[in-house]
Amino acid sequence: MEKVVIIGNGISGVTVARHIRKNSDKEILIISGETEHFFSRTALMYVYMGHMRFEDIKPYEDYFWKKNKIDLLFDFVESIDTETKSLKMKSGQSVSYDKLVLATGSKPNMFGWPGQALNGAQGLYSFQDLESVEKNSKYTKRAVIVGGGLIGVEFAEMMLSRGIEVTFLVRESKFWGNVLPEEEGKLISDHIKSHHVDLRFNTELDEIIDDGNGNVKSIKTKSDEIIDCEIVGLTAGVSPNVEFVKTSKINVERGIRINKYFETNIKDVYAIGDCAQLDEGINGRRNIEQVWYTGRIMGETLAQGICGNKIAYKPGPWFNSAKFFDIEYQTYGWVLAKRQDHETDFYWEHKDGKLAMHFVWDKNTSEFIGINTFGIRLRHELFDNWLKQKVSIDEVIKNLKIANFDPELFKSFETEIIQQFNQKTGKNIEMTPKKWWRNLLTKSNA
Amino acid sequence: MKSIKNIGLIIFFIGLSIFTISPLMGSFVLTEDIMSSVLNENELSNLSEPFKASIVGKEYPNSASFSSDILAIYNDVNNQFKANQEWDKVMWTSNKEFAFNLSKASSNGYIANHKWLMLLLTFGLGILGSLIFITQDLKLLGAPGIKNDGIYHTKLQNRSWVGVLTAVWLITFYILLYFYPYVLVNLTTIVDPLKSLFIKDAQASQWFLYGILYCTSMIVMGIRMFIKYRHNKYQVVRTASVVFFQVIFAFLLVEILPIFGLPGKDLKNAWPLDYYFLYDWNVQDLMNSGHFGKFIFVWGIILSAIIIPIMVYFYGKRWYCSWVCGCGGLAETVGDPFRQLSNKKMWAWKLERWLIHGVLVFAVIMTIFTGYHTYNVFNHPDMDAKEILFGISAYDVRDMYGFLIGAIFAGVIGTGFYPIFGSRSWCRFGCPLAAYMGIIQRFKSKFRITTNGGQCISCGNCSTYCEQGIDVRAYAQKGQNIVRASCVGCGVCSAVCPRGVLKLENGPEENRFGSDGPIVLGNDGFEVLN
Repeated sequence: MEKVVIIGNGISGVTVARHIRKNSDKEILIISGETEHFFSRTALMYVYMGHMRFEDIKPYEDYFWKKNKIDLLFDFVESIDTETKSLKMKSGQSVSYDKLVLATGSKPNMFGWPGQALNGAQGLYSFQDLESVEKNSKYTKRAVIVGGGLIGVEFAEMMLSRGIEVTFLVRESKFWGNVLPEEEGKLISDHIKSHHVDLRFNTELDEIIDDGNGNVKSIKTKSDEIIDCEIVGLTAGVSPNVEFVKTSKINVERGIRINKYFETNIKDVYAIGDCAQLDEGINGRRNIEQVWYTGRIMGETLAQGICGNKIAYKPGPWFNSAKFFDIEYQTYGWVLAKRQDHETDFYWEHKDGKLAMHFVWDKNTSEFIGINTFGIRLRHELFDNWLKQKVSIDEVIKNLKIANFDPELFKSFETEIIQQFNQKTGKNIEMTPKKWWRNLLTKSNA
Repeated sequence: MKSIKNIGLIIFFIGLSIFTISPLMGSFVLTEDIMSSVLNENELSNLSEPFKASIVGKEYPNSASFSSDILAIYNDVNNQFKANQEWDKVMWTSNKEFAFNLSKASSNGYIANHKWLMLLLTFGLGILGSLIFITQDLKLLGAPGIKNDGIYHTKLQNRSWVGVLTAVWLITFYILLYFYPYVLVNLTTIVDPLKSLFIKDAQASQWFLYGILYCTSMIVMGIRMFIKYRHNKYQVVRTASVVFFQVIFAFLLVEILPIFGLPGKDLKNAWPLDYYFLYDWNVQDLMNSGHFGKFIFVWGIILSAIIIPIMVYFYGKRWYCSWVCGCGGLAETVGDPFRQLSNKKMWAWKLERWLIHGVLVFAVIMTIFTGYHTYNVFNHPDMDAKEILFGISAYDVRDMYGFLIGAIFAGVIGTGFYPIFGSRSWCRFGCPLAAYMGIIQRFKSKFRITTNGGQCISCGNCSTYCEQGIDVRAYAQKGQNIVRASCVGCGVCSAVCPRGVLKLENGPEENRFGSDGPIVLGNDGFEVLN
């Protein structure tokens, strides 16, 4: 029986294992040195904040693995020998494979800041990071967070939940500036500040200062300001976790190089998820995608390939979501930080500054390109369909009420949004009244 | 803010402490006058001599010791009659009723003479303290939004010792309420002034006390819900609805109707949750109450047989369980801090299906027995052994049901164990009405929780905060909709989801289950397969 060994028990590794099991009776082994069982990485913050226990963020009960004949090995891989098809483990044992899937994920970026190895300076990615932030924040008064992205906001939320003051250093002039357009960046920045975060733009970390015992005492910014703190959250992005792969014959650049079938340069060795670097990005996506659901899609697709049904990686239209303190964010299609030449847009913001929608479409063809939505939930399936059908912006605006996914009885803002849209564009679009949304889906499919 | 909150907590604890120790206080003296006014003729002739010999005139420090002495005599005398087969002399008043009525009438201590003051010191301080405690959250919790910080760090809400202590308090209270109400006589005396608002100089029973406690707890904790979920209109309206139905239908109407000579029935209480619907005394009571009584009887049938299935078809069982029901109402308000403690494991789901459907079967069998009995009472008044069916007494069946399901399961376990098993263990494992509606909801309903395509990140908030122990995430992460018999549609999974993945909806039945997998929306590579 063919033995598939998967390194990494994150969403990518676990998905590929589950789908291989659905389609075959191959021997499956998942190796992880991080935790014995799969957990939801994105939920680590909730464990720290006391919303859940660690066991609650494990998507499958512990019996699941045995029941589905997925073997687990709690150990680190030290090196990969692709000639003999074997792995050398930290414990000394060696593990052989017929097919190898690398799903090793990411690690937090450390840009060689002086003092980055001190106690109290840490990223927020792994289970071990959760343990250390728990330890580090016992007697903490202030935390400094470096890097204006999603993990930084999560880190800030975590600190505030324990009454720790937060200074948030952002290198750019606005929050998540490489992703969010100006308006949304401001909305989120204001919201972060309203939670009493000392948010500082155009500020860079220079060094982390030792208290003499190997602990963080303070940090110094590039403009020589000293900020006392006990924790430094280093959240300036993540990069592929591939150190131990570099010593093998597997081709590694920033990530593990793969083609659209997840094949590396070595036969029977595949890579998926955060650690993989595609030859080229698909449909405007990056060639290294560090997103939960792309890891899952890669796992679903590769499982087919391993079970003899070779399918290329083909993610649908871009989507994503996040939550910044109290504001939920969803995006469908592309709303880039800067408008492209052929694009035009419409931005609506509620007067309270907690709800917003940003529509982008093609100036010439009116084709709908993307939407950012804040504080108002929208239906993925409809937008996925609209983006594939390349519908016009008018179609989207018209059906906004049907696309709404907010809980029942929530106040709706579609009338106001459409009114302002008409005002701005000089169009005269009338809102389609609420009806069951699947009708619309069947109609547009036909 | 924090210190005001703590002051509120202290005030609440003072009220709670006075409430808790007041059953142990007072002065209970039986007099001949009291005896002759409370006891019936038979009891009086049987008991006045032994009572005079050892109890009359003696002062007892609390109702428990008083009751224990009179019950010892009561049972002694009764047992002797039974042993001698003197059936015409045997007394049939239940122990708890006998002791309760005598204790209540013999109460003559500080509490009995300062009812209003005691009401203020117990309920007054309790309500004031908790409102102070709760309203501080308006500021302390920050801007509106999901605020579950620290829930698993508080010893009340993570099954640590405070939670266990709370459970012990609640369980003790329920056991006393159901089986030893005479211990709680002083507490009922405290709410006499409130009972008098309905009927002049009336005395409160333990059920009136329970009603007051139930309603005030739901109102106070309902206010907590309004604050906690003030960003979520579904939660706000739903909470207002359950509190309304409890206070108006389950309490006020039940108290007010008898003033007009009408039966004090909770009109929203549907069979089989209302398990004594076909009991002989209930039907007789209704039939003897003129048109209104007959209307209530017919209404009860229409409610259970027509309204409930139709409403469940259109809206799911949530219209009842988390918008109307009193048990659900308590769980959604008082129980909300404990909702995360429900068990999400597969074995618990298996146990749930056996238990709840077992109780439904039991309820149906019990109703057949009592229905047969009641039918005979009306149609064959001369028949012997009207209650015997298949050699089993309907009285035994309904007593067993009342004890096991009505008292132990619904009360002691269902509510007493809030801090251990979470808020809805009765609704999930025991309620026969929930079982009945669940079957409809699962197989013939427009209700579902829609999963929003591929947005789920498997974080687990939905499952954790599901009071019914549904592993919501297991469906959401596969892109499937959630169609489960046990879902009461509280909407909290949707509220706590950080990615906007879940929405409670009523829609066409086709496609109700959503994606049938195996892949999740967002993966276009599989189109080639189809």
